[in-house]
Amino acid sequence: MDFQIQGSRPIWLQLAEQLRQRIVTGVYPPGSHFPSVRELAAEAGVNPNTMQRAMTQLETDGLVITNRTAGRTVTDDPAALEAMRGQLAAERTGEYFKDMKALGYSRADAAEIARREGEKNDE
Amino acid sequence: MNELVKCTGLCRDFGSVRALDGVDLTLEPGKIVGLLGPNGSGKTTLIKILNGLLQPTAGTVEICGAAPGPISKSLISYLPDRGYFPDWMRVEDMVELFDDFYADFDRVKAGEMCLTLGLEPGSRIKTLSKGTKEKMQLMLVMSRKAKLYLLDEPIAGVDPAAREFIMKTILTNYNEDGTVLISTHLLLDVEQVLDEAIFLQRGRVVLHEAVDSIRERTGDSVDALFRQMFRSDMW
Repeated sequence: MDFQIQGSRPIWLQLAEQLRQRIVTGVYPPGSHFPSVRELAAEAGVNPNTMQRAMTQLETDGLVITNRTAGRTVTDDPAALEAMRGQLAAERTGEYFKDMKALGYSRADAAEIARREGEKNDE
Repeated sequence: MNELVKCTGLCRDFGSVRALDGVDLTLEPGKIVGLLGPNGSGKTTLIKILNGLLQPTAGTVEICGAAPGPISKSLISYLPDRGYFPDWMRVEDMVELFDDFYADFDRVKAGEMCLTLGLEPGSRIKTLSKGTKEKMQLMLVMSRKAKLYLLDEPIAGVDPAAREFIMKTILTNYNEDGTVLISTHLLLDVEQVLDEAIFLQRGRVVLHEAVDSIRERTGDSVDALFRQMFRSDMW
């Protein structure tokens, strides 16, 4: 999946989100070498300083570990990865409930719709 | 002292027209900065003063602490807003010329960029399209390991796909300790590459701020802010 930079939100935030997604979904497997800021900046077509800020956020998240000599690696701590996966799931579900509220559905109705549509997708 | 460029009270008149009207500006090393403004806002005039092609009517300029002169010219790599190359020369002749002329020119890099940009070293300049000429100029300018790159409208003449390619070329080839000043009004194409944006309006700096700080403050893109601020200038 390519980096997508959209209109209005800070670019570093969007980059950090998309890097988190890549780590959680195993694009960069646990314990593996993490690309350099310069490589990632070139890939995304963004300023290296902006990518650096996103990288700092990932380090704060505990998803990426900086070794003094060997560059950066993805964390191999399953708990850290699982925690981030849970956080991403919660954020997106929160967005869903906000959207459904705007459409006039109660929380219970929204949950019911989610369950029903989920089953439809299974078929 | 960590200032690459320092302008104080810079003014420049062309006859009765005031092109720059009291510009105070400081640039630090290691940044990619957009010089943005509608046509006739003073972008090219400012760039020409920075590289010593024009003298200011009033005010001072310092490049690494000294007025523009022979030393600053060896530190600045300049892409003019128009081509100035003799038609009969070949791309490889230009590489030769730049290599002779500038101590910081990197031939290996020039060769690599010719490959990625699809420039044939043996082509004569008169056979190149407008966009390809721009690519060649860019290749020459970015092959120097300069302290300051002044790029005047580097993407104006090329199609959107080539613009992206050119921005990537700038991004992957600039000297990391150097600063790149890009003048343009095609903001959508450059926004994500910039550290900072400078808005010029009728010869004055009306905004100088980090791109992500603009996005955080206004909740909108720099492009949107630009359109909003300069709407009244269009008619």
